[in-house]
Amino acid sequence: MPRPTPPSLRALVRGGKSGAGLSPCMSSPCSASHFLLPIQIQSPRKYSSGGIPPRARLNNPIDYQSTPLLSHTPSSALVSDPSLPEDIHTQPCKRLNLFQAINQALSLSMSRDDSVILFGEDIAFGGVFRCTMKLQETFGSDRVFNTPLSEQGIVGFGIGAAAQGMRAVAEIQFADYVYPAFDQLVNEAAKFRYRDGAGGRHVGGLTVRMPCGGVGHGALYHSQSPEALFTHIPGLKVVMPRGPIQAKGLLLSAIESNDPVVFMEPKILYRAAVEQVPLGYYTLPLGKAEILREGGDVTIVSYGQPLYTCLSAIEQAEKDFGIKVELVDLRTLYPWDKEAVLKSVRKTGRCIVVHESMVNAGIGAEVAASIQGDEETFFRMEAPVRRVAGWSIHNPLLFEKFNVPDVARIYDAIKQSVKNY
Amino acid sequence: MRARIFSHARRGLTRPKHRSPPALRSVQHPGIRAGSSLSQRPDAQFLAFPGAVKSAFTSSLKFSVPNEYPAMETYRAVDQHGEVVDRSFTPDLSDDKVVRIYKNMLLISTMDMIMFDAQRQGRISFYMVSAGEEALTVGSASVLEKGDVVFCQYREQGVFVERGFGLDEFMNQLFANNKDPGRGRNMPVHYGSAALNIHTISSPLATQLPQAAGAAYALKMQRAIDPSIPPRVVVAYFGEGAASEGDFHAALNIAATRSCPAIYICRNNGYAISTPTLDQYRGDGIASRGIGYGIETIRVDGNDIWAVREATKKARELALQDGGKPVLIEAMTYRVSHHSTSDDSFAYRAKVEVEDWKRRDNPIARLRKWMEAKGIWSDAKEKESRESIRRDVLKAFSEAEKVQKPPIRYMFEDVYEEMTPELKEQMAELKDHLEKYPGEYELAEFEGGRDSLNP
Repeated sequence: MPRPTPPSLRALVRGGKSGAGLSPCMSSPCSASHFLLPIQIQSPRKYSSGGIPPRARLNNPIDYQSTPLLSHTPSSALVSDPSLPEDIHTQPCKRLNLFQAINQALSLSMSRDDSVILFGEDIAFGGVFRCTMKLQETFGSDRVFNTPLSEQGIVGFGIGAAAQGMRAVAEIQFADYVYPAFDQLVNEAAKFRYRDGAGGRHVGGLTVRMPCGGVGHGALYHSQSPEALFTHIPGLKVVMPRGPIQAKGLLLSAIESNDPVVFMEPKILYRAAVEQVPLGYYTLPLGKAEILREGGDVTIVSYGQPLYTCLSAIEQAEKDFGIKVELVDLRTLYPWDKEAVLKSVRKTGRCIVVHESMVNAGIGAEVAASIQGDEETFFRMEAPVRRVAGWSIHNPLLFEKFNVPDVARIYDAIKQSVKNY
Repeated sequence: MRARIFSHARRGLTRPKHRSPPALRSVQHPGIRAGSSLSQRPDAQFLAFPGAVKSAFTSSLKFSVPNEYPAMETYRAVDQHGEVVDRSFTPDLSDDKVVRIYKNMLLISTMDMIMFDAQRQGRISFYMVSAGEEALTVGSASVLEKGDVVFCQYREQGVFVERGFGLDEFMNQLFANNKDPGRGRNMPVHYGSAALNIHTISSPLATQLPQAAGAAYALKMQRAIDPSIPPRVVVAYFGEGAASEGDFHAALNIAATRSCPAIYICRNNGYAISTPTLDQYRGDGIASRGIGYGIETIRVDGNDIWAVREATKKARELALQDGGKPVLIEAMTYRVSHHSTSDDSFAYRAKVEVEDWKRRDNPIARLRKWMEAKGIWSDAKEKESRESIRRDVLKAFSEAEKVQKPPIRYMFEDVYEEMTPELKEQMAELKDHLEKYPGEYELAEFEGGRDSLNP
């Protein structure tokens, strides 16, 4: 049976869009009788062309097959990240996409630790993004199970299980639907250790995974990236990986962590980001940024999917302006690696923060304020900190391409940043 | 009138030997809590605590076991062969009106098939069909008044059609063109119509259920202030999966305590995406919960449009009695389709299960059999109707597809009543950017191009 799109986005409404891949799906095992539209299809209008012209200089689609941000060979995978453990060289690698890397992390973690349990809406058959495929078959329905459709129930359940010593990995089907669980996360998970004090009880075993971010046609309720709401909450760790190697290592760290972690997965990367991933168990450190590219003129701070867009902009800007740009991947958004960012900015004297979610009170605001608040860094600045982010609006279906930061907007910010003051 | 089809709010939780008294609301002013004035009398045989005012004491230590109570019954007027099974039932519609309703069911079914394929061809980004649930949506909407206020979940195209939403309106929304009142912001199937009193669909589940209680309270208050306003109710549709959300419970409880004239209609179609009802709940469906909240409740055969109509009609009467009260209808049906165009349901259910349902109990076929038995429908009429509906859908489709996209400016509007200085700044910044980098953006398809971003 042909498998078209992933039974993906819960869509819609919990409905969604077609999978991370965004392709509107071609062949289908469709139930309703199948008849083709008799309307002449000359050049069918693409529903979300989003206004990219055929021969743009900057705004071209990201080529995930060749981007240096992904490891396309096993040898590059093993040296891709300086924080990978030393024994990584003993591990064979395999090409995996992001959802497969997540799946592998979950599987390894469950094999290694009997206290790991996995639950969420529709995860038994593999989840709408396929992250939990075959896990119920392998580990049984006591450890991998569907929950009723209730996010507050899912997270509250996870908190209880974690408080009693389990490693509870909860899936929220879309970050857009996490809000009913806000009370559980903010008032319970985040405060659990603080409230118990000397009792020492905590819910560190809790990891809450959720797909986030735009895919081109998710509109108001299938493209949100609400990380800034969680980075405002002391007690929660907030993590967002940019690719399969990172997703696996950071997720394993999150599950091991003795603090609750909100783990946000950019869903556009589930299928798009493919790289050679070491097959064994390894972790990457939480709370540590990664310098993806060194440079002395401008620092760009970003995380998740926009890193790819930043890199395209950087490559063009470096050619055009003869500069070198440093690209920093935050990886953990809270508690964040302020030292790494300040160190880079003290070197370059210029900083741009790029994220997909709204600019107002976003991660960019925190980074900019931290730069401003650090004397040594502030007096070194040669240009104002710039933020390239979503506008202060909800993500509109047709206008997403004008909302989410694109190569041209980031390129222009670099240009503004390096012009002489 | 068939009061028997509505379970009394307290039935089911009370064991037969201790019949509940008539609903308390009849002796209480809806707005006043009488509980605080109760006190336990010496040697009382009944509990008189404020939280349970008429519970008899018993000396037998016995837990209530859900399975010992029979499942709530399912009302049907016409069986799957199109034969009337409720002897007291008489259709309240002229033949012409029955045909009109039937054609509305055909219309959404035809539109669904065409739009599902349109998504597969990449013409629209997303779609959800409602196959199997046509009787439920069309039937319930067919007994509402124009002034009633409706909240839909997302699989209620039948409600829209029945209330007068045109094919052009469906298509404009699906293509998010410049005629779409949603201004190009929403995913396909997020219809809404201020003129038809249907709130715009919101993807998150159950969020609109407590809103329905508040809206119903507003209607009640407004009529109290101005008695010349005709009585109105609010109707909220949701699935059995959505009923697991906290908002569902919040909604029913607040609607009951504030005596809100709201009708809650659950489409229990067996699946929440892949999750079957066994993983969703272990009680007797959704209907049994209504009893727990003190709400008059009925379960109906959702594939029987007559049962749905009769139940909704009666529910509307009840909702407007005694100063207003909520009513719960659980309509049993089967989601014949995939959840959406993003879903392949054969990854979690057998094709044969779906085929069985389609063959055995199709709501459209059921009404057709009834009409044929009555001599008001024929193969020839069926063929002619299907062809003409299909032509209409395709015509609306191609017209809507040609309409220009809305202005880019719409992305900044309606965040607030008035655009904030921050948003004005951002709009100017985007315009400057588009001017600086004209080769990077295709703007011609949007009405007004860059100029729509002028202050």
